[in-house]
Amino acid sequence: MSTHTFKPSLPPPNMSVGVVGWIRANLFPNWFNSLLTLFALYLVWITIPPILNWALFSADWIGDNRDSCTSGGACWVFIKVRLSQFFYGFYPEDLRWRVNLTVLLAIVGAAPLFLRAMPRKLRYGAIYLLAYPVLAYWLLHGGFLGMSLVETSKWGGLMLTLVIAVVGIAGAMPLGILLALGRRSDMPVVRVICVTFIEFWRGVPLITVLFMSSVMLPLFLPEEVNIDKLLRALIAVTLFEAAYVAEVVRGGMQAIPKGQYEAAAAMGLGYWRMMGLVILPQALKLVIPGIVNTFIALFKDTSLVIIIGLFDLFNSIHQATVDPAWLGFATEGYVFAALMFWIFCFGMSRYSMHLERKLDTGHKR
Amino acid sequence: MQSDSPKAGAPRGSLLTDPKARAWTFQILSILVVVGVGWYLFHNTQQNLANRGITSGFAFLDNSAGFGILQSLIDYTERDTYGRVFVIGLLNTLLVSVLGIFFATVLGFLLGVARLSPNWLINKLATVYIEIFRNIPPLLQIFFWYFAVLRAMPSPRQSYSFGEAVFVNIRGVYLPAPEAAGGLMPFLISLVIVIAVWIGLARWSRRRQEDTGQRFPLFWVCLALLVIVPGMAAMLFGKPFHWSFPELTGFNFVGGWAVIPELVAITFALSIYTAAFIAENVRSGILAVSHGQTEAARSLGLRSGLILRLVVIPQAMRVIIPPLTSQYLNLVKNSSLAAAIGYPDLVSLFAGTVLNQTGQAIETIAITMSVYLAISLSISMLMNWYNKRIALVER
Repeated sequence: MSTHTFKPSLPPPNMSVGVVGWIRANLFPNWFNSLLTLFALYLVWITIPPILNWALFSADWIGDNRDSCTSGGACWVFIKVRLSQFFYGFYPEDLRWRVNLTVLLAIVGAAPLFLRAMPRKLRYGAIYLLAYPVLAYWLLHGGFLGMSLVETSKWGGLMLTLVIAVVGIAGAMPLGILLALGRRSDMPVVRVICVTFIEFWRGVPLITVLFMSSVMLPLFLPEEVNIDKLLRALIAVTLFEAAYVAEVVRGGMQAIPKGQYEAAAAMGLGYWRMMGLVILPQALKLVIPGIVNTFIALFKDTSLVIIIGLFDLFNSIHQATVDPAWLGFATEGYVFAALMFWIFCFGMSRYSMHLERKLDTGHKR
Repeated sequence: MQSDSPKAGAPRGSLLTDPKARAWTFQILSILVVVGVGWYLFHNTQQNLANRGITSGFAFLDNSAGFGILQSLIDYTERDTYGRVFVIGLLNTLLVSVLGIFFATVLGFLLGVARLSPNWLINKLATVYIEIFRNIPPLLQIFFWYFAVLRAMPSPRQSYSFGEAVFVNIRGVYLPAPEAAGGLMPFLISLVIVIAVWIGLARWSRRRQEDTGQRFPLFWVCLALLVIVPGMAAMLFGKPFHWSFPELTGFNFVGGWAVIPELVAITFALSIYTAAFIAENVRSGILAVSHGQTEAARSLGLRSGLILRLVVIPQAMRVIIPPLTSQYLNLVKNSSLAAAIGYPDLVSLFAGTVLNQTGQAIETIAITMSVYLAISLSISMLMNWYNKRIALVER
């Protein structure tokens, strides 16, 4: 008696597996998508090779003046020659180690905060947040404790962009949280003040705020007070971004169920402890993507200080492109600027995605 | 929360721990702080203005401006007033905003749909576009289009020509423009009639379909009407308009529409930048419509076009529209970046040139800011109303 044995299954048809199968399923499933694919291939064909050719294959990399740019491609020599200016602005050359040290300290100092196994993280973080700004100011600006003074008018380039972005973020965050608390407050007067403040800043473009800070702030203050141009921009940027942070944080607070407030009150916690220990930790976690988006917007907005004549990364590149010695290389300059901004913004958005995944406790509503 | 504990003889807590007393103290304190800071700023301003010899007030709006403007949608001469300059700036801002909103919406919806396409290549191209352009500051994009692209165009004599109708050179873009001719009035009247007929037919056909189930090929009939009736009008009464083509005369182009490079640069940059954000909104809106809806519609026997039109899009729009309007608002506010390349918008004309000429810093900035405030507040009010209207009514 023979037992029936099944024949092994036939392999799937060649056309539906492997590379061919993938191409058929993802690129040519029907006539419409096939047309789209062909169109997209054509688009890629007419854009990518010329761009690559311009930026890499026929570009000039070696040399130190415009005469070395002869091949017709991009002239990266221009970027190379001006690179230190793009990074440091007019910061005195022999003092640039101070900028480097500041950046290094920021990285080394903040690194432990990203380690999971770091003990007493909170205390360390608080000390770091208090100590670092003083240290950074001492290193960058100087003028006391034996550091020679470097006027802010000499600051520029990427360094200035980072200063504006970091100070804006550090200032806007606490102010924004306070405004959000005020907007959710039970006290009508406080609420009205906060709502007015937030809606005012959110309703006007940053450029008018910068205009205001440069022409109106001197009018608002007594004559003998003379505020530094950079400080004016910093105040404007901080107030402006705080309003946006406030709205994001408010969104997070609204998403916290009422039971959390009631439970905190039932535990006998007062207002500040209820907010600080129960509500805000949950609310802030919920809105991390929103906050990072605000900061990406802030980083992009730093380029607007060109309006009031500060030489940030973008403005120093723009000034270099109109320099008579290097006329005609505007495209290279802007592409480089775009690349720098893109790296920072893209990095931040990736980091926020990572954080979101890491902090997700599965309780999200 | 009327507390009458003292009357009841219950032990009265200290005033410090009474929440009501604390709330009052706190609010009075904050009013005092706000009023104090306000008075301090006002006082300083008064003194500074007196020292500089600037008289505040809006009387300067009636003074003659005395400077030329690159582009104005209404008649303007240098003898006109600052008030008229304000109107021109406002119109230019609105022009750039409307153009930007139009192109950004079209491009954004296309990209958003492409981002969801099952076609791998289209999907990746849309992703690359979005990731590139939303991470580059809009100002940089404006400068790129203006300084690196449009300023590098050839002189009028060597213009790029597209079909001898559209010309691009360093002075801008020249487009053919329609100009009114004899048959314009009958043409417009016939157009209005056809549209009225369309609306009437649409009502009638819907009623008939509801009553009898019979369908009427509304779209094709009306399309035919739309072509035939105005066409007949044009044949009977002569052409409604003729095209005026730009022509090179001497050193410049004459005729047609001349679009200044500033306007082109800012429209390009803002549309491309905002489209990346709109695409993400559209994508998340469409993803928010649950798959069960599509399946339910398919099991009812709807064709895929109808599923999209009757089931997916109406529900997706509910999610898309609020963030979409905030993108529009951002675009309007970003249009103020035009000031950086000298496009005569509200900020560059009024908060720039007029401020410099008159020195009326407070008035000009206040007017400029209140225009933007008015735009954004009215749009957000409209949005709240809309959100309330379309909110899901649940049990």
